[in-house]
Amino acid sequence: MSTQTQAETAVTTQVYRVYIKASPEAIWDAITKPEWTKRYGYRGEVEFDSFEPGGNIRFLAPPEMREMGMPEVVVDGEVVEADPPRRLVQTWHPLWSEEIAAETTRVTYDIEDDDAGVTRLTVTHEVEGAPITAAQVGLTQARMFEGGGGWPMILSDLKTLLETGSALT
Amino acid sequence: MADDDDRVFKALADPTRRFLLDRLFARDGRTLTELESELEMTRFGVMKHLRVLEDANLVVTRRSGREKLHFLNPVPIRLVHDRWIDKYTERQVSALADLKTELEATA
Repeated sequence: MSTQTQAETAVTTQVYRVYIKASPEAIWDAITKPEWTKRYGYRGEVEFDSFEPGGNIRFLAPPEMREMGMPEVVVDGEVVEADPPRRLVQTWHPLWSEEIAAETTRVTYDIEDDDAGVTRLTVTHEVEGAPITAAQVGLTQARMFEGGGGWPMILSDLKTLLETGSALT
Repeated sequence: MADDDDRVFKALADPTRRFLLDRLFARDGRTLTELESELEMTRFGVMKHLRVLEDANLVVTRRSGREKLHFLNPVPIRLVHDRWIDKYTERQVSALADLKTELEATA
């Protein structure tokens, strides 16, 4: 991404919301269990050492990403607050480049009931003071037309997986 | 989820609402007052447009103290992309691949 894009796009908080025909428990599992995380988005397995505050979290690179030179752990972090299946707050520390590894941000997942059988998932990524992270996880001008990679791609894919049983390729 | 797609397409089919999304893209987390100041329109008019964007889930609001902040939510655009755009671009690519196979077979 160009520095111009970063200058134009002010960095604050990013909010992503998706409505999914699935239970809060199913969504919680899809976010926190490796057998689910390897089936959508970047398809890496997630490891939670514990759900207690301070518990370590690691997102592992899937084999294809490792072949492209990604580190084994692409993102690590710690549990700040976990209230299954309603809320997860974690620190989010990307490791795929030296410059981005200098930034640690915070991600909150809020899982709320909507209409019958529909659950509202809101991902809030606090990226204030983390311009590289903001540019790489969110909506950039270059990817505007397709709604961005990063979170929009992950959440769109998660919805498809939980509603149809298989994710997009 | 045809209803969801309908709401997204309807919300995007209006220049004022696309302008509001562009303003939020440039800087997210704005108040109604800030958004209103950039449009030649009554506060009520801007509120109505924001309401349509919220119903389509293209705008998400959050309270911050006494202020209501508006955020651009790109996920519905991604869903429309995955559902509608990918499908047709893929078809183009495979049509070209088929054409190549055919031409090469007859050459």
